[in-house]
Amino acid sequence: MTDAVTVPPQTGVTAVIEPPPVGQGGARTRSRKVANARDLLIRSLVPVVLALVAGGVLLAILGRDPFTFYSNVWQGGVQQGSWEDSAMRGAPLLLIGVGLTMIFRANIWNLGYDGQFLVGAALITGLAPRLASSPNVVSLVILFFVAMGAGALWTIIPAFLKARYETNEIITTLMMSFIGVGVANVLVKGPFQDPAVNIPQTKVIPLNHMLPPIPGTRIHVGVLVALAAALLAAYVLKRTSFGLRLHVLGANPRAAAHVGINVKRLIVTAFLVSGALVGAAAAADILGVWGYMRANWNPGYGDTVIPFVFLARLNPLVLIPYIAFFAVLSNGGDLAASNANLSTDFLLVLVALILLFMTVIEYVGRRRDLGGSYLTPGLKNALKAPLFRRKKAAAS
Amino acid sequence: MNLLHFAAASNIFSKAVLTSLIAGGLVAGVPLMFTALGESISERAGVLNLGLEGMMLLGAYIGFIATYYVHSATLGFIAGMAGGAIGSVVMVVLCVWLGLDQIVVGIAITLAGGGITSVLQGAQFGTSYPRLGAPATAAIPGLDKIPVLGPSLFNQPLLVYIGFAFAGVLVWIYAKTNVGLNLRAAGEKPEALDAAGVSVIATRSWAAMATGALAGLGGAYLSIVGAGVFTPFMTQGEGYMAIVITMLARGRPLWILFGSFLFGISLSIATALQLAGINISIDVINMLPFIAIILALLMFARRSYLPPALCIPYMRGAK
Amino acid sequence: MPPLAQRDRPKLGPAPDQAPAVELLGITKSFPGVLANDNVSLALPQGEVHCLLGENGAGKSTLMGILAGMLQPDGGRIKVNGEETRIDSPRKALDLGIGTVYQHSTLIGPLTVVENLMLGESRGLRLNFAETRRRLEEFGAMLGVEIDPDVKADELALGRQQQIEIIKALWRGSRVLILDEPTSMLTPQAVGELQKVLERLKSTGLAIVFITHKLHEALALGDRITVLRQGRVTGEIPRERVRLSSPEELEAEIVQLMFGESGKPAEEVAELSVRVEGTKHAATTRGEVALELEHATAAGEGSQPGINDVSLALHLGEVLGVAGVDGNGQRALAEVVSGQRRLSHGEVRYLGAPVGKLSVAQREKLGLRYVTDDRLGEGIVASLPVSLNLVLKRIGSAPYWRRGRMHPEAIEQDAKRLIERFDIRTPSSQARAGTLSGGNIQKLLLARELSFESKVVVFHKPTYGLDLKTTRIVREMIGDLRQGRAALLISTDLDELLEVSDRIAVISGGRIVGVVDNGPTAAEQVGRLMIGDVTLGVQETPEPVGQRA
Repeated sequence: MTDAVTVPPQTGVTAVIEPPPVGQGGARTRSRKVANARDLLIRSLVPVVLALVAGGVLLAILGRDPFTFYSNVWQGGVQQGSWEDSAMRGAPLLLIGVGLTMIFRANIWNLGYDGQFLVGAALITGLAPRLASSPNVVSLVILFFVAMGAGALWTIIPAFLKARYETNEIITTLMMSFIGVGVANVLVKGPFQDPAVNIPQTKVIPLNHMLPPIPGTRIHVGVLVALAAALLAAYVLKRTSFGLRLHVLGANPRAAAHVGINVKRLIVTAFLVSGALVGAAAAADILGVWGYMRANWNPGYGDTVIPFVFLARLNPLVLIPYIAFFAVLSNGGDLAASNANLSTDFLLVLVALILLFMTVIEYVGRRRDLGGSYLTPGLKNALKAPLFRRKKAAAS
Repeated sequence: MNLLHFAAASNIFSKAVLTSLIAGGLVAGVPLMFTALGESISERAGVLNLGLEGMMLLGAYIGFIATYYVHSATLGFIAGMAGGAIGSVVMVVLCVWLGLDQIVVGIAITLAGGGITSVLQGAQFGTSYPRLGAPATAAIPGLDKIPVLGPSLFNQPLLVYIGFAFAGVLVWIYAKTNVGLNLRAAGEKPEALDAAGVSVIATRSWAAMATGALAGLGGAYLSIVGAGVFTPFMTQGEGYMAIVITMLARGRPLWILFGSFLFGISLSIATALQLAGINISIDVINMLPFIAIILALLMFARRSYLPPALCIPYMRGAK
Repeated sequence: MPPLAQRDRPKLGPAPDQAPAVELLGITKSFPGVLANDNVSLALPQGEVHCLLGENGAGKSTLMGILAGMLQPDGGRIKVNGEETRIDSPRKALDLGIGTVYQHSTLIGPLTVVENLMLGESRGLRLNFAETRRRLEEFGAMLGVEIDPDVKADELALGRQQQIEIIKALWRGSRVLILDEPTSMLTPQAVGELQKVLERLKSTGLAIVFITHKLHEALALGDRITVLRQGRVTGEIPRERVRLSSPEELEAEIVQLMFGESGKPAEEVAELSVRVEGTKHAATTRGEVALELEHATAAGEGSQPGINDVSLALHLGEVLGVAGVDGNGQRALAEVVSGQRRLSHGEVRYLGAPVGKLSVAQREKLGLRYVTDDRLGEGIVASLPVSLNLVLKRIGSAPYWRRGRMHPEAIEQDAKRLIERFDIRTPSSQARAGTLSGGNIQKLLLARELSFESKVVVFHKPTYGLDLKTTRIVREMIGDLRQGRAALLISTDLDELLEVSDRIAVISGGRIVGVVDNGPTAAEQVGRLMIGDVTLGVQETPEPVGQRA
């Protein structure tokens, strides 16, 4: 450390995840706070706005009217009671989001949410008819725990490989996800198939065994469960030793080992918590909305949640409004896409655009924090070079 | 197991079954091979390309479209390479130039690649999936006369032979050329490469571009030769499989070749089993390669190798 | 490209009026919050060793980074052979004949020596192994060393690695060779070796820049000495003066240049000037055994070696030093004691009880502490506030956490107390730890490890890279542990060990090769123990080139 060039080593993955420090901010001036709040707002909203604009351009290129599309989204997502459907769509999204938040805090990538979700969903749709004789509350609690257990179980192998051999969990969770999708299908087409119908699907759970609605609405109580989970997660992350351990592991894994955190156990715990929350999402969705499962059903919620988990800067409370926004977009998007005669996969493109713009905005913001320029020297020169040459040519 | 099954099981080594297993393995393995060889290039240089899946899909779609309209598989392959390369331009700009998170951008490319090809396919053809004719093949004189395996193994589209040769060329590039040395240095210790006067950014950029092009080629082979049709999300995780193969092969081209065909065979096992009269659910069969990978990781996890500077953006002056 | 030795270079030092190989004029460079170089001018004549001397943080490395093309100056001009140029990339620097041996190795471990040397070679696609081997042999002959071309770089001893780095820097025909703190990792014998190599290079007409913060090295090696303080040149001692003045005079002058007019208390700078005499500490009554390693064996990590059959006893009231060249198992030794690394064989006893199976946290609770050398890498979490970093080893325990719940008031209160007691300079207890200076981060770590009823503390390179004032404070703190506690001081700085420890053990190749009582002859004894091993990178010097056929 002989000179000022020393910068703390940066692992690639923490680049985007830089949660705010635990505890209250120091004595900052008011104007600084306002500036920070404005920056935060810009960083939080601009990527979404840019993605919607870029998506609109894409729609125009495809020959669809973007204004009609987005107004259809509004219609199908908010108006005439469809906001209630959007709220219910939000329940599994929020639970998955919270599950990912917890594990991303530790800088571990759980990308196996599809498998965890579907295995949980398949198990409870198969099990529910067998619990028909038990009281509603008992069966609901059992089914939630089964789904959570299944989701958690599906993370065990990646967790073990990561803890024991430091095997890259991105790969292992993805592989387990593909296996989970297959297992769910095998279950739905095999032991859990409803013999009474021709298409491969499970029996339909009777209405009185589904999650009850919040009085006065059509919204099932699973939405409240999801909100409660988000609040609880926020508390755990901010105010408990477990939350701090996750943060330390995520921010500096070598420091975690140095200060005496049992890193292996923490990795496994983080995986189990994350998987359980994804499983809970399956329970909320099946028991709240669908009531049965069809073969090859894969709503792919997890992929669409990821950008919002990051945009919320791994804060479960901030995640709530983002999920509300996306639930509307997703619910209304179904109608808008079918009206525009487009595949609903168009939403995936929007999500990918949000991710890309998010990283770019994050980058711009980070450069500014450092008081430096928006561009790296290399890029700056690459952009400048032709300009200068032209100037010289003009001068001579 | 009933008698019928037994009878069928005795068929398991019949000519037809073996042929379909091996020929099918080859067809299924070629996309994996190109993609994994591509991944070995950028991985060596320190860029983890999680967007492979998206780049394969872009290549598959654009390659298919080109072949469909121009009726030339060769042109289709070239278009596919261009498609994959377009995907990696995003990677190069955001990750290599700006130093943004490789994982996040990789995920975004995969999502975008899948979404956009699905939307375009839907917008263009609705729910119909037009098929392409079988591509021209080149038989290796003599070898294709070998009984049983000859016709299936040695009568392939020219591209397959080119792919094999390319693996050999890569071995040479990695070991004996300064390109190979630069790639390795960019992944092992980029600051050393920089100090030696070679641009880390340029090295990584070209590596990532090559990876995208090869993944696009793999995708194009999948849609043009393998399936003869483009369906949304048709890669079904093959991009990720390619990453694992590269990881387990420690980036060595010949091992990648071997691994790709091993996984290719496990992908093609469904057809072979059906020919053998054994009916196993398609879901189980689809799971097989992934189960194989998890088992391989459980057994060989200790031996997989990734370069130390993988996933770490390089900025001169920052340690 | 013809090898360096065959080029027509002046065999003797240049005439005084000859243009310097490289000239820096008014170089200014600032980083956020630091003015690293302030209007620095420097001329590097051919055939001379120019020493750049200054404390840590004086801006030496920044200046050389600019010359090597790694950093861009904010202002100033650079002239190479009298011609003004911009060095905007390392490639440009190499093309201009400026070769650099960086403080941190730029050899790529898993590559062989020839592969490392060929890196950056841009002629043609194919690597020319035969040609490279031939040139390596020539360079080896010129430097008087023999190098196996096909061995992997990380299998070589550090002294040998550095020789390869020098060859690498000269590979493309250098006129200037920059050596950034080249002796920090070497044994005294390897330093001697380096000195010979520099002499030979000098005679070929090369301009050599030698960066160091040790005065005795500057005096021994430099033909010309420039002193840097806080980014500014505070003085230059030309060739004639270096040759003609008495060492004492020079020392006095340089000390003043380094630390300013105010003058520092004599004992603070004493160690800078000459090797401190081993000081026999008043043999405090040696207490019971505080820490004992019995045949401790543990695996290494990557290119870092482990330890092998280490037996050591540290008594209460004692500071036991561990000397050795970096990378001889020091980290493994420290981690085995702290619990971060598992023993494959043997036992660690703490106050008589075996602790080899206990976790890091359990040992910490018992009072066994470890001040790591890797302060940023594992010592602190840069994004967390100072207050939390201070209690980081106590996560989950009272009074800061009760039943898993955090009590910020308790943390805040104790943090404020520790910040004051250990004089940690931070804007507030809530400032992110990563924003502190190196010295204050070390104070933070000391506060964390020495508080909460510490008993036995392992220090690993505790003053590495710190400024002199903090160094002094840290060494005092270590010495203070003699009051009823004990310290294991692992350091690569022999002066530090001689100043602070009661006994000095020597580690080499993961083994303890001897333990010496501190005293007047300790330095020599330790030095001899350090070279007792073949892995130390000192080999027989082949006869000089001139004597060959």
